[in-house]
Order: sequence, then C-alpha cells, then structure tokens
Amino acid sequence: MSELAPRESAAVPPEVPPAVAALTDGQWHRLHPASPLLRGGIVLIAILGAVIANLRERLLSIFIPRFDEGGDPIDYVLNNGFVLQALLVVFVVLLVLIAGFYLSWRMHSFRITNEVVEERSGILFRTNRKARLDRIQGINIVRPFFARLFGAAKLEINQAGQNGNLQLSYLGSRAADDLRREILRLASGTHAAAVTSDPAVAQGFVDRRVGELLAPELDPGLAEPESVVKIHLGRLFGSIILSEGTVILVLALVGGGIWIATTGEYYALLFALPSLFGVGSVYLRRFTKALRYTIAGTPDGVRVGFGLLSTSNETLPPGRIHSVQVRQSLLWRPAGWWEVRVNVASHSSNKGAAGQANTTILPVGNFEEAARVVALVLPGFTLPNFLAVGPDDGFTNSPRRAVWLRPFSWRRNGFATAPDWLLLRRGAIWRQLVIVPQPRLQSVAITQGPVLRLLGLAGIHLHTVAGPIRAELGAIDRDAALAFFGSVARAAVDSAQRDTSHRWRAGELPGGSPA
Amino acid sequence: MSNRLELADVSWRRVSPKLVWVELASAAVVLLVLLAIGTGMWLLKLWVPLAIVGVLAVGSIVQLAIIPRRVRSIGYQLRDDDLLFRRGIMWQRFVAVPYGRMQLIDINRGPVARVLGLSELKFVTAAAAAGVTLPGLTAADADELRDRLVALAESRRAGL
Repeated sequence: MSELAPRESAAVPPEVPPAVAALTDGQWHRLHPASPLLRGGIVLIAILGAVIANLRERLLSIFIPRFDEGGDPIDYVLNNGFVLQALLVVFVVLLVLIAGFYLSWRMHSFRITNEVVEERSGILFRTNRKARLDRIQGINIVRPFFARLFGAAKLEINQAGQNGNLQLSYLGSRAADDLRREILRLASGTHAAAVTSDPAVAQGFVDRRVGELLAPELDPGLAEPESVVKIHLGRLFGSIILSEGTVILVLALVGGGIWIATTGEYYALLFALPSLFGVGSVYLRRFTKALRYTIAGTPDGVRVGFGLLSTSNETLPPGRIHSVQVRQSLLWRPAGWWEVRVNVASHSSNKGAAGQANTTILPVGNFEEAARVVALVLPGFTLPNFLAVGPDDGFTNSPRRAVWLRPFSWRRNGFATAPDWLLLRRGAIWRQLVIVPQPRLQSVAITQGPVLRLLGLAGIHLHTVAGPIRAELGAIDRDAALAFFGSVARAAVDSAQRDTSHRWRAGELPGGSPA
Repeated sequence: MSNRLELADVSWRRVSPKLVWVELASAAVVLLVLLAIGTGMWLLKLWVPLAIVGVLAVGSIVQLAIIPRRVRSIGYQLRDDDLLFRRGIMWQRFVAVPYGRMQLIDINRGPVARVLGLSELKFVTAAAAAGVTLPGLTAADADELRDRLVALAESRRAGL
C-alpha cells in the first residue's frame, strides 16, 4: 500500500473503473439484463414446454370442444384455417412473458451509498431491503455454470440472522468483483484509495467469455499467493473416503452381503444398486465442489473460493469470525489431516466446499496448513502446538479425578487464556481445539450438575453465535472454572469495548498507510 | 457441600416469592394430565403404560415439592458492565452477559403470572444458548429493569 502516491480526492478514487464508480455513486442501478432468464425464467419455459407437449390434446379438447381427439393440433389449425388466430395466441403469450421479464428486471434496482446497500424489487408486491455496510458479515460471489456462460455472477451480501442476506442476482462478472471490492472498501471505513488490478481484458465477446471461464477465482492483484493453501487431489480424495460415513457404508455393505449370501435373496441386489449409485454421486459431488479450493488473505478479510463448473467465492471481513475449531477424527490421524471450521453470524444460502456447510473453511490440510488458515481467519493469532500433554503444556487441564467422566481425554481436556483469545482443548479420539476471540464472546456460563459436584468439578460454556462449533468444556476443576468465569466475564467487557473491527480499516489515511 | 458453585462478593437480588404459585400451577397442570392418562390406562387395564405414567407422576410430585427452593435459587445482579444471573440447585448455572451484547429484551406474561402481577424478562443476545430469562419480576420492576438495561446497553454498545 505504501507505494501508492497520495490522491487528490479520497471520496472517488480515480483508479476505480468507470463502470464501478457509476455503480457505487449512490444512485439506483439495475441488474444484468439477462437476470430474469437466469433466475429461473428458463426453467419456467422448459416446464411450460414439457407440460404443453405432454397434455396438448387434453388441453385443446378443454378449450375447443369440437376438437377431434387423436389428431395433430397443427393439422387441426391448418385444416380449419385458424393459422392467423394460432399465431396470434403464440405471439400474445410470448409478449406477456417478455413484458413480465422486462418489468421484473426494470422494477429490480439497487444502490450503494456510504452507509447502506439497498435493494428494491417486485412488480405487485414491492420489497425493500437495506444492509448497513458496517454490519456486513461477508460478501459471496456465486457463479452457477449457466450464469458463467452468460458472463453473469450473483453477489450475496450476508448479514447476521437466518434470512438477512441481500442478493444481487445477477450482475456482470467483472462488475461483481469490482463491486465487492468497492463495497468492502466503503464498509472498511478506510480513507485510502482503492487498489485495483487491471488484467489485460481480451477483446471480442467470445474471447472475453472464455477468459472469464478460465480465470482463477482469486483476483491475483489482491491475494497474497504465499498464504494460499492448495489441496492435492489425492488428499482431497482420501479425506472424503476416510470419513465416518464411509465406515457406516462399508459396514452396511458387508452386513448386506452376508445377509444376501446366507438367505440367497439375490433380488435384493436390484434394490441396492440404485442406492449405491446415489451414494456414489454424493461422493462425486463433494469431490468436484472442493476442486480448485483456494483461501487467501486480502486487506478486507479472508477470501475462500472453490468449485469447478459452478464457482463460489466469499470474502469474510476481519472480526466476522466468532469462533474457530481445528479438529481431527481418528481416521485422519495416521495421515495427520485437520479440518478447520468457523462460526459466523450469517447463513449463506450456498453450500460450502466439499458439499459441507460453508462454515468449513478448510476441508482438509496438514497441521501446518491448518495453522496458516487459522492465522488468516484470526489475524494476530498463532496456532500453538496443542497436541502436547503435560504439566507445562499451557492449558489448565482437568484434574485426575475427572478420569471417571473423561476416561481417555482428561489429560487434554482444558482451557487456556491469551490476551485476546480463549482456547478450549478437548477430545482424545476426536481431537479438537476451539478458539474464541474475546471481542466476539456474547456471554459466559458456568454449570454444575450433581455428578460434577460430587467430584468437585464444573463445566464452562462460552456463548457465541449459533454454528457448528459449541465452545464448551466439561469436568474442569471447580476453583479453576470459577476463576476462569470471573476473569473471562471481566475481559469480555474490556475487549468488546476496545474492538473496532466493524470499521476494520478506519485508521488508514488517504496516503494508504495506517495512522 | 463445599463443592457447590458460589461466587464471592455478589449480593443476589431475588425474584418475587409469588413465582412459586406460577410454577405450582404449571406443574399441577402436568400432574392432572398425567393422572387423567393414568385413569384411562387403569380403566383399559394397560398395566405397563400405567406403570410408566405412575413413575412420571411421582416425578412431577417431587418437582412440586422442590419448587419453592428452585424459585429461591433464581437470582441476578446488575454489575458495572454486565448482568449476572443464576438459577438451579441440583443443576447450578451462572451466566455473565455484558450489557453491550444485548440485542433485544422480551417481556412475557403468562395467564397465572398476569393474575399475580408478575412478568418474565428475557435478555436476548446474538447467541441462542445464553438463555438469560428472569421470571417472577413484578410488572413495574420488569418495565423499570428493561428500561435500565436498554439504557446501559446503549451506553456500552458493541458490534456483534
């Protein structure tokens, strides 16, 4: 950033391509003209076509009682001299459809100001939705294969809550990328000018389409290439095969095989075959969806992209990650693979890599790669080697008497506190570490049931937004848990007050250097 | 019982003892339903389900007996920067919620509670699991507490 010369005007940086400056100028704009078609218009026409093709005799006999059943409708039209009327009907239907599409496109508009992104849509029932820029939880660009052919992309602005997302579908592919960068720049509160990458744009319509299809999901001008984790095909394949689901599948196959062999009811194979195809396609989809997985840090947060034909690529600004979990199942331990998951406040409507929830931010990686991903999603945090067990492993672990409740894991069932982070480690078979950034902690609880009381133990819960991770720990020494409760309750207040990540680059000056 | 959870230097504010009647009423409804089902089973001579219903009924009678103690165990304190909440005897639970984390406050009044002039105040944060619900506040107390909490949250506003 420091090589940037100071700009005359910070409000509208001159580097912004003209098309984008126009989109973020605070005026109302329309979406890509093909949007209604891409959003389901084609499906509608296909369904209509199928219905008419299958039911045309029946439909015609309803409307025209004299219609000779079994005859070809085109013959009927020709024989009775209804050519003009028939053409008229077709024309009117087409006209109504086109008018409907045109109207829905015309009535759907959006604008981006310095404070909000706002969307208006609907012909009869009008909808108006606003997303405050400093409350944006993530911006997702999705390109379904069909839309990619048209050079269109869907921009999804994620907000907290179940149904809080604002979708701009569809925008031009380049416009979507530039728009995301501009929205993030406005949201970050920075006064620095935007950095734009300007890859050579191919001339000609076909060349441009092909170029977009083959382009990497990450903007090379923004990503730090050295921080990108690459998943090798073999590892991806292995991680999908080595899952608890596969164990169940193998057990079911063996059990079914024995049952068929002993009873001789070979016809059961006929029923097993389709379900095997189904299971196979699930595995295949997971595989293709995790292809081309990339993760990289940008000045405006972590960017995760994946997908081969339909691609998706999400930017999570800093301070939007409420907890992080690094975990490993028993099956993955020989290979040394880890999975990284996060809790975020928004719920994207799109599935994540490997067909899992999009909260899985690293589907598979070795420890070093997991540490790199954790460092990306929690800036300033370095993943400690939490596998070591012993009196000086940095964690306050369960006392020996907890062996009754945690027979395998009592040595590694503990917590640690760092200035800005809370770490919970647990599990001997399913090893995991949960990291909660203190500014994101909603509340803290301590619990004790009769069994825990008998042993002089207690449980602690760190409440964060809902997600796949539950930040809780059972069977901790009672006094240690009470001390933890007291210190975390105090620290949570302090760190929340110091937190400024809702405007994560507010300190930056027009020159581009942090204040 | 030195193993019980206790927080040092906290003076708990207790909820209204009238909450006992609200809890008793809802437990009594459950008991009545169980008795009705049990009678039906007895008339139909279904002995195994009757035994199950009987066990459930005994359990709910025990519940009735400890309701006064359970109500006494509910407490809260408004500290400088957070709300401290406790409940439970057998299953103890303490929660500390910073005021700035408040998303909204709900005040609910059930039919029995309304007759007794009680309200239930729910402190909602972005985390669904926090579950800070203060039952058995007098209606005036609940309204005052709500306004106070909203004002406190406003002065300590934090993001998500």
